[in-house]
Amino acid sequence: MSRAFLPSVLTANDLFEGDVVYLTASGHWSRAHGDALLFQDAAAAGEALAAAQAQPARLVGPYLAPAQSGPQGPRPVHFREGFRARGPSNYRYGKQAQGMCRP
Amino acid sequence: MYAYSTFDHQFLKTRNAQFRAQVERRISGALTEDEFKPLRLMNGLYLQLHAYMLRVAIPYGTLHSAQMRQLAEIAERWDKGYGHFTTRQNIQFNWPRLRDVPDMLDALAEVGMHAIQTSGNCVRNVTADHFAGAAADEIADPRPVAELLRQWSTDHPEFQFLPRKFKIAITGSPNDRAVTRAHDIGLRMVTRDGAQGYEVIIGGGLGRTPVIGKVLAEFLPQDDLLPYIEAILSTYNSFGRRDNKYKARIKIMVNELGLDEVRARVDSRFKTLRAEWGGADQAVLHDLRAAFAPPAFRSAPTAAYDAAYAYDPVFRSFADTNLAAHRHPDYAIVTISLKAHGATPGDATAAQMRVMADLAAEFGHDELRISHEQNVILPHVHKSDLPRVHATLQAAGLATANIGLISDIIACPGMDYCALATARSIPVAQDIAQAFRARELDIGAMKIKISGCINACGHHHVGHIGILGLDRAGVENYQITLGGDGTETAALGERAGPGFAYDQIIPAIDRLVTAYLALREGAEESFIDTFRRLGPKPFKDALYQTGGRADAA
Repeated sequence: MSRAFLPSVLTANDLFEGDVVYLTASGHWSRAHGDALLFQDAAAAGEALAAAQAQPARLVGPYLAPAQSGPQGPRPVHFREGFRARGPSNYRYGKQAQGMCRP
Repeated sequence: MYAYSTFDHQFLKTRNAQFRAQVERRISGALTEDEFKPLRLMNGLYLQLHAYMLRVAIPYGTLHSAQMRQLAEIAERWDKGYGHFTTRQNIQFNWPRLRDVPDMLDALAEVGMHAIQTSGNCVRNVTADHFAGAAADEIADPRPVAELLRQWSTDHPEFQFLPRKFKIAITGSPNDRAVTRAHDIGLRMVTRDGAQGYEVIIGGGLGRTPVIGKVLAEFLPQDDLLPYIEAILSTYNSFGRRDNKYKARIKIMVNELGLDEVRARVDSRFKTLRAEWGGADQAVLHDLRAAFAPPAFRSAPTAAYDAAYAYDPVFRSFADTNLAAHRHPDYAIVTISLKAHGATPGDATAAQMRVMADLAAEFGHDELRISHEQNVILPHVHKSDLPRVHATLQAAGLATANIGLISDIIACPGMDYCALATARSIPVAQDIAQAFRARELDIGAMKIKISGCINACGHHHVGHIGILGLDRAGVENYQITLGGDGTETAALGERAGPGFAYDQIIPAIDRLVTAYLALREGAEESFIDTFRRLGPKPFKDALYQTGGRADAA
């Protein structure tokens, strides 16, 4: 029996920058977690993941990361995804410095 | 120091051109990520949480001022203006863009540096005592042998696909500053009947299965060293496990075969290899010894040092903590702390790198070292120059007088950068350094080492206090180990008990420190000595506040 599907965003690293990207509802890849499309069912998420895996010239390592909806768009569930969405805690580099990170 | 030969330069040029073409093919889509990943890793390029990371080798932790200046240039031009010095004497750039990496590698090659074999299942950067060639307690400079091993292991066709990564450390001093007992091979220079040789230690390592290395050969004549190392690698390559990544390090092979059986197999292989080498290694080593000849030390009065020490309390504090005894009585070894209170352990800005390079050029016989403890060393400074060196360091924010103290913490990058991490390390180190700043001189010698996952890049097993960050049900949790030691009296720390939440780690360390201060037999007895005298119980009682109940029981 497979585990119950948790609402998830589809994320990867950008091939050129290495930066974290998220699939949006319009099919584009955004740098902001809040822009991400929150998949509610496993089938649609699985299809989107397979499609992302077929874009090796843009993306590295796409995967589904559980998230929850919030007033500013989806929010990470796990703290690791929180750091990916924000940047490191010792310097203000990464998304937090680029206005890509919403509280 | 060793200067690259024409062969070395040509090798790097070819290799860098190959990688440039590989990057272009990745960008064009001709290579998939699965095809490209092993190629980029062979050239030190990782993909971490937020960006790529380029890990550059600093062989045996030695570099000269032009190399340090080039690292500064690379940090500014292609990264975010800083670099992170690691526990394997490497430097990591945390924000390169894929398209820029070939240019970064070309810039490194200009000063005889590269990122080859800083990843992958091969012989990694050979590390050495960061005081090599300068320490008063040294039998001989281990770096000619380290360079011999670097040349031999770089692109060695037989050892590019070992069962797992392989780390070698070497020291020429009886006081082990290179953590030799926590390496796949540790080499300690020893003498017997007036002859120099090596104690060969095998199968040490930290990570998920921490092991203190075992002595494979008590005294190996130095002429036999390279064929013997090759025999160990060859034996490991043949008999190390490849079925399970977590059982693939040589320490597992030693455990499963037994030390005597490993010794027999190595000895058998050695007999063949010794004859095959025919002394070629010794000819190279002879030339390398000349390359590492000590600089022409200057004889001059040390009055400027004596006066500053007597009258300037800030300088005196720096001298008391950050200087070590040099082989020449008029010289000192200066350790520059990259552990300013609240800063990221091991980070230096490009401006700071240039200051250190300038100091090395003007006052330090053009030599710099990176320590596995993530500090920078000026190994040869005449004592009369120390006040000026100190003043320059002060102006650059590099004069923190805390070497060997509680704020001189080793910390891996942890979850702020590393894709493997299970919790953060850096902010824990920053907070500890700040919290104990006012008391650190009273606390005295203390080694805290922090890893953000069980791979133990932060050496937590050999910290007097080790901290291991884990993910417990989606929350950062920190285990504490006590009594570890990375020196010649190496010991693995013992896990104290249940872990602590992120916001409980400072109070936990505070209880340990408070207990130590109450238990020690005077300020001369360090934390580790007190721990060894009393055992873990009073420290665990303090940590878990169980003393009262235990006494009542």
